[in-house]
Amino acid sequence: MWQFFHKLGSPKWFFGISTRFMPWLLMSGIVLLMAGVVWGLAFAPKDYLQGNSYRIIFIHVPTAFMAQSVYIMMASAALVTLVWRMKLADVFVKAVTPVGLVLTFLALFTGAVWGKPTWGTWWIWDARLTSMLILLFLYGGVIALDRAINDEKSAARAVAVLVLVGVVNIPIIKYSVEWWNTLHQPATFKLTEKPSMPAEMWVPLLLSVLGLYLIFGWLACVRMQTEILSREQRTRWVKEFVLKGKV
Amino acid sequence: MAFDSFAAFVSMEGHGPYVWACYAVFFVLMIVLMAGSVRSRNATIESCRRRYEFQADKSTVAAAPTTSASFARVNVSQD
Amino acid sequence: MHPIRKKRLTIVLFLLVGLSVAVGLTTYALRQNINLFYDPSQISAGEAPVDVRIRAGGMVEEGSVVRDPESLKVEFMVTDYSASVPVEYVGILPDLFAEGQGIVAMGRLNNEGRFVADQVLAKHDENYMPPEVAGALEKASQAETKSAAENAKPATY
Repeated sequence: MWQFFHKLGSPKWFFGISTRFMPWLLMSGIVLLMAGVVWGLAFAPKDYLQGNSYRIIFIHVPTAFMAQSVYIMMASAALVTLVWRMKLADVFVKAVTPVGLVLTFLALFTGAVWGKPTWGTWWIWDARLTSMLILLFLYGGVIALDRAINDEKSAARAVAVLVLVGVVNIPIIKYSVEWWNTLHQPATFKLTEKPSMPAEMWVPLLLSVLGLYLIFGWLACVRMQTEILSREQRTRWVKEFVLKGKV
Repeated sequence: MAFDSFAAFVSMEGHGPYVWACYAVFFVLMIVLMAGSVRSRNATIESCRRRYEFQADKSTVAAAPTTSASFARVNVSQD
Repeated sequence: MHPIRKKRLTIVLFLLVGLSVAVGLTTYALRQNINLFYDPSQISAGEAPVDVRIRAGGMVEEGSVVRDPESLKVEFMVTDYSASVPVEYVGILPDLFAEGQGIVAMGRLNNEGRFVADQVLAKHDENYMPPEVAGALEKASQAETKSAAENAKPATY
């Protein structure tokens, strides 16, 4: 098991294996996302209360879900960086932070545009919206901190500490709608219960969540490869890859 | 199809601008992010290649001066 | 595991636990500020300050909405099914405003216990369904309450 763990930490091994998976990740991701979006926009029935404005859910929920799960993945990688000093974990954190930032922004933006016709306001300082805004600032802070420190190793550690500290925000986002009075409604999907929407609504939603997850996987691979290439320029395998196109 | 006509689909009973604005921003940002990621990967590979070629040139130049009998390197002034 | 790694792991875990406790206590202490609105039971129990801009939230009581025919003034009761607070508001209501729907109103509580709102937002729940299903459910629940009311009558009176 430990051997696998160390192999996983090898940038060269990761580069080879990710190159093989990437086309599949991208293709299946786009197919699932488009299927979910088209189904949700054109074929799912409208909501009895909100009418057609609820169709924003088919991108709002995937982006909000991914924004949080990307952060959880980053926090796990930060733990690995701090305890095992594995290079690849830090590469992952650096590569996906901008993706998390964009996803969080999209969740906030689509939420605001959805809030206007349903709630009657673009923004309200309730616990869910505010904690999500804090997540946006956390992603921004991680990028800024990483840019501010020149030394690669100390940047990796500082970033890892910040990411780990910020992880307390995740349960706050998740449970904000249960712990406090908020304008935002509680979760439609719970692990233990049936979703509180019919299948012709939650199936397309599930498709677009899965699709976005796969696209994120592809994005993470592309961006990690970029980071690995620029860090490992001096190694022979990168030179061979760049000049001959093979790992 | 949940709509009777294409016009109904576009207008979404008055919620069209909200729904379409969300989807437009989502797709634009995702495409920018994806294209940008691919471009920076290609740019990194390209800059690495230039570096290696530059290094290779330098090493051949450093090794070259003694091998003076090469035809390629003859440089006779034309005037 | 290597002892150094074990040590680092314990330090990191201690840091996380300590941090969560600190954040937990802080949010617990600030819960009244984090709560977006007071519910009707809190207001009728006198927990909400009078003449300070606050938010009140709850369900619009069925049959309580009174619209002024000459202006945009609306009066209704907001309830959480254990207490209700009368609300008055002048302005345009959100599309989702209806009897039996959730709302969050911003405004001041006056001395008579009436809530004078200057903004009313709609709050919806986490349930989504097609209109036909909602209609069918409504019919079923009406039939149920009718029969329940008939059954309950002898017991209550």
